[in-house]
Formats: sequence, C-alpha cells, structure tokens
Amino acid sequence: MADMNSSEELSHTISVLVENRSGVLARISGLFSARGYNIDSLSVGVTDDPQISRMTIVVKGSHRVLEQVEKQLNKLIDVIKVSDYQDTPHIERDLMLVKVAADKSNRSELVQICDIFRAKIVDVAVDSIIVEMTGDDEKIEAFLKMVRPFGVKESCRTGIVAMARGSKGIVAPETERNLS
Amino acid sequence: MNELTGAQILVESLIRENVKHVFGIPGGQALPLFDALYGAKLKLVLTRHEQGAAHMADGYARSTGLVGVCIATSGPGATNLVTGLATAYMDSIPVVAITGQVATHLIGNDAFQEADATGVMRPVTKHNYMVKDVKDLARVVKEAFHIARTGRPGPVHIDIPVDVQKGKTEFIWPEKVYIRSYNPKTTGHPKQIQRAVELINSAERPLLYVGGGAILSGASEVVRQLSERAQIPFVHTLMANGVLPFDHPNYVGILGMHGKYSANTAMQNCDVLISCGARFDDRVTGNLATFSQQSKKIHIDIDPANISKTVQVDIPIVGDLKEVLKSVLLDVKPTKHAAWRKQIQEWEDKYPFAIKPGSATLQPQFFLQELHRITKGEAIVVTGVGQHQMWAMQWYQCRTPRSFLTSGGLGTMGYGFPAAVGAKFANPDRLVVCIDGDGSFQMTMTELATAVHEGIRVVIVVFNNYSLGMVRQWQELFYKERYSASDLLAMPGRPNANGKDSKLEYIPDFMKLAEAYGVKGIRINKNEQVEGALKEALASSASVLIEAMIAPAEKVFPMVPAGAGLDDIIVDMA
Repeated sequence: MADMNSSEELSHTISVLVENRSGVLARISGLFSARGYNIDSLSVGVTDDPQISRMTIVVKGSHRVLEQVEKQLNKLIDVIKVSDYQDTPHIERDLMLVKVAADKSNRSELVQICDIFRAKIVDVAVDSIIVEMTGDDEKIEAFLKMVRPFGVKESCRTGIVAMARGSKGIVAPETERNLS
Repeated sequence: MNELTGAQILVESLIRENVKHVFGIPGGQALPLFDALYGAKLKLVLTRHEQGAAHMADGYARSTGLVGVCIATSGPGATNLVTGLATAYMDSIPVVAITGQVATHLIGNDAFQEADATGVMRPVTKHNYMVKDVKDLARVVKEAFHIARTGRPGPVHIDIPVDVQKGKTEFIWPEKVYIRSYNPKTTGHPKQIQRAVELINSAERPLLYVGGGAILSGASEVVRQLSERAQIPFVHTLMANGVLPFDHPNYVGILGMHGKYSANTAMQNCDVLISCGARFDDRVTGNLATFSQQSKKIHIDIDPANISKTVQVDIPIVGDLKEVLKSVLLDVKPTKHAAWRKQIQEWEDKYPFAIKPGSATLQPQFFLQELHRITKGEAIVVTGVGQHQMWAMQWYQCRTPRSFLTSGGLGTMGYGFPAAVGAKFANPDRLVVCIDGDGSFQMTMTELATAVHEGIRVVIVVFNNYSLGMVRQWQELFYKERYSASDLLAMPGRPNANGKDSKLEYIPDFMKLAEAYGVKGIRINKNEQVEGALKEALASSASVLIEAMIAPAEKVFPMVPAGAGLDDIIVDMA
C-alpha cells in the first residue's frame, strides 16, 4: 500500500467504460482540466458493444490526486466503470505511424531495423517510407531512437490502450436496476 | 394515437414530477415552452433576470427539500442562469434548469442567441442533457429529477432545441428510471459502522461536526439522538444552521473562520471527531497542518470523492447520513462526558459572541439579536454574501432545519433576495427575512419587481455601510487600509473616481428605490430604532425594506485569518 501522504509523482494507466454519447469526452477532459489533473495520454474508441466506449487515460499525480481522479470519474453519470491498472498485470499498447526519410541509398538499412522491431512498412515513396509500429511506450521510444538519424518527417501516436491479463476484465453491468 | 408537442410533453412531465412553481423568463427559442406553460396547472413566475430565476428555484429547493425548477431561453438566457446553477452545485441543491436552444439544424452556426449551453453548464451542474429527439424528452425529464434529488443532490440542466419543442410524439411517462452507471450508495459498510461505534464508545472528548449534508439528508432527528445518547456536544457549519435547535443543551455553535471560540477550540481538542455530512471546507479547517491534531476522525458522507479529499480520516463511511447514523445508534452506549462538556462551557463563557455596549451607531449584531428575539428564531432567514452573512450566521441561530438559506460554497453575492422570494413561494405561511448588505443587494435587487408583481411579502433588511464590507475588512486588516474599489459612495472630503466630491448622500437612495417599486421603506441608524422598525415591518402584510445604516469600520469577529490555524483565532481587536 502506497503512502497516502506521499507527494511522489506516480503515473497510472486507468481504463474507463463510458456511455457512447456525445459530450462524454468533453465531460471527462473538462473534469481533468477543471481539477488540474495532468493527462499524459488519452485514447478513446467504441467497444464491441456500440453503446459503450472505452477510454484509456495515463495520468500523473500523487497518490492522493490519483485517488481523487478515480472518485471524480466515478461521479460522472456517464461513467460506467473505472479501473486503475497500477496493481494489475496488464498489456499496454500504443500505435505509431512515422514517416522516415529514406531513399535508395539507405532504404534497405531502414527496412532491416523495421524487421528487427517487427514494424510494418505501409507506404513507400521515392524519398520516404511510412512505418506502422505497435508496442508499449518503451519499444516505441527505442524504435524512434534508431530511425531518428534517418530523419523523421512526421509522426503520430494513438496513445496507450490497455487491458488486464487473464480472464479478469472490466465489463459493464448487464442488468439494469430500478432506481426510482 | 394522441400526440403532444415536445413543449407539452415537458409541461406534462413537470406536472408528473409534482412541480408547483417554475421561475423564468421567456425568449425566442423558448416560446413553445412558455406557450405550453400558459394556463398550465402550475404557477409560472416571471422573474426580471435569469439569475434571479435560478436563485429562486434554489431558495425554493433549500427551504423545502423539493426540486426547484427554472426556465430560460437560449444564449443569454442560458448564460445568465450559470451563476445560480453554480451556487446550487457548490451547496448540493436539487434544481432542474430548462433552456431553449436554437433549432437542431442551426446548432454550431453561430445563430442568433446561440450559445453552447450544455458546454457552459457542464462544469457547474451534476449532469446535463441536450434533447435532440422529442421521443427522448419525457425520459430525460424523469432522469433529470431523479439525478437532481438523489445521492449528493445537485442541479441538472436540460437544453431543448426549438424544433424539438415543436416536434410531436406520443407522451409516454416512464414508470422507472434506468441509469446503469448511477447507483448512489446509501447504507454504510457494516464493518466501518462497527469500527465507528467502537471509536465513539471509547471516546473521552467526542465532538459531532455537522454540515449541510445533515439537512439535505433530513438527519436532524438521528443526529439529536446520537448527541443525547452519548452526550456528545455538536458544532455545525454555516450550511447546517438550524439542524438542531439553538437551545439544545449539547449545542456548541458555529465553527470556522468566523465561528465561535468555543466551537473552534473544541474542534482542536476533541479526541474523536464525527463528521456528519460536512466536507472539511477550507473556511472550516483553517490551516490543515494544525487542524484537530489530537482526534481520530470518522467521516460520514454520501459522496465518496469527499473522503480524504483534504483531511485524511481514520474511518470513512460512504452512505446517506440518516441511514448510517441509524445503524450507528444501535450500538452506541449511553455516556455522560461531563468533564468535556464542562470544559467546552468554560470556553464558551470565556469568549461568547458579544455586543459592545454603548455604541453610538447602529450595530448589525444588535439588530440581528433583536430580530432573533422578536421572531423567536423561527423565521426563514436568507442572506447575501459578505459581512452581513457572517453576522446573520452568528446571531440568527434557527430552531428548525431548512430555515437558514445562504450561499456557502460559491459565496454568491446577490443570492439573498431572489432566494428569499423563492422560499416565500414555497412557504407562504412563514415569515421570510432577507438579510443583505448594500453591495450584495444591489446585485439582484431588480427582483423587487417580481416580488411586488406577484404580491410576495419578504422583509428585506439592508445593512448599509457604503462599502463592500468584507472586502473592506480584509483591506483594513491585511492590505494596509488601501481601500481599493470597496467604497460604494464617495464620502464628503473623499473624492470619487472623477476627482470630485460626491454630492449625493446615498447611491442609491434605498428609500427612493423602495418607493419606485411601491415597497415601504424604513431607514434607521440607531440601536434604539431597531425594535420599532422590526415591529412595523413584521406587522405589514406587504414587503418592507429596512435600511439599517451601519459604520463602515464595523468588522466581523472572531476571525481566523486565511491560512492560519483554528488556534490562531482573533477574538476581537482590542
């Protein structure tokens, strides 16, 4: 158990199931800015259930701030479930598209690096290639380090998505309860 | 199939929710709504400003526990509601606000009187909706009322584009509310309750710290039982004035920045602190590093996010206060705590709230003491924000809950008068007194027209010190008497902004203002005139405005300076 009063900055990956409605993303990003929480990355997409979206948020803060983040998220009516993956074995993935300068003189060298990282070449032009790279943060950073000397023309990343290992998962409650 | 328009569905839904009063102002994009309200079986109150409508709905809700309802048009109508809804949000008051919106095909086109109302409201409401399909409207209204009044209550906003107001569908009132992601927890965790009971039973110097949640939860009776069973003294916050009668033997009083010496000292010296529907606000705790260091703390709150937000507690219990305390009461042993209660009484005797004798000028504290004596503490008192609010808190202790209405969290100047009007609509048989300051009253006094128009009787008391008094007090104490922008009247010999002496004796002349609205005005400036003025006002069947002239140098004491600890309380300036 972490020390509640420690001001040490921690980075947590939080998975949030939300109703797939307009305004939900604004509600969540508004909560983070209003309360001064720092988001490292936020990714969002619909789940296998079209009524539910799943957000993965990487947030930095002290233990107290992270506890508040989870509680404040849970207070939002459109938030169905919040899971902090800090103490849960889980998979994290980030997808990057990166356009690297390469011509016939050095293209094969770049292709070799891509092979080693199991990155996919998705577009080739005379003076550049686009690489699709998937992995956790560490792998993507390592790859970037290798290709930077070629000249990175542009890059974009999806931000982290995460899922707990094993059969344990976060699911929305199936049954609707009568509350009135 | 019998189809209704969206506007008719809204009105039918309000009637199903048992709404009796709606406060608001019409406008272009709300005309269908107001047309449907015309002749409907509920009272539509036309206010003079949308902020007034929101505060009236708030005052209505605070004084009854019912959901208050306000309605406005798009654009400026919606943005004018914002301060009122933010006020309700900070104090957890159930309000449903309805706004018109430009037609769905125009949204985002910078149409006339278009504002992103849901975007603006989002941070100041518990939840909000834009209804884009008339078929969703009845369900949304039902959900909005449910969300507003359950869990930690709060305002909910519904934005309805004008084409949805005109669209037709069958009216189906849902029997149940289904929101899978909203399920407030009301009963506390049994193990935590057991731990709390053991701690209370082992306490030598226990203290109940009661906040506005106790009033929202309707927990007065169980708080009283707990206090009497184990003879536990109780202190309360601004929001909990009247939670139990002020003459209860275990009553200590108000704590915090302008609270009693005894209450603050009890807080610092208790060994078990039982927080009941309070949230350790900075105006209560002062410097957290020195706050109630000797105590083990139990924190009962409906909102999990309030737990450990500012103060780390030993036993958090999430649940409805009334339900939790019922469970706690089952195993609390009768005790006396005689020595502890005697100690608190000694602190009380050492520095009670006191009025300095022999004052040449009218003292607001004396006025409020007289008001309390004459009305037996049984009026509904509604305040603005500032010095007068703190004096009212200190000197008007209520006998019953929901009788002291004030903007505690947001501190909204101008809250008082419209909220008093709203409270009077809900409580036609009770005396409603608005205690205001000249600065605060000027922010919303335009609602005098509403009160007069509707024949609403409110006794209005304006303490006039020609100043933004609380600002002035801080400037005197902490800003070397540099009274930047806190003078509301350039005094003779003291030039106004144009470098000229003011020729006006009053800005405004509140007696002329009262006359302009057809309200009786009484101006007094001596303690000896207080009783007569109050008796005249209380005997009147119409609204009366009493202007009590007080000295600008009058200050609120005791005071815990901002950032200081409760031990550093300044009882008075010698």
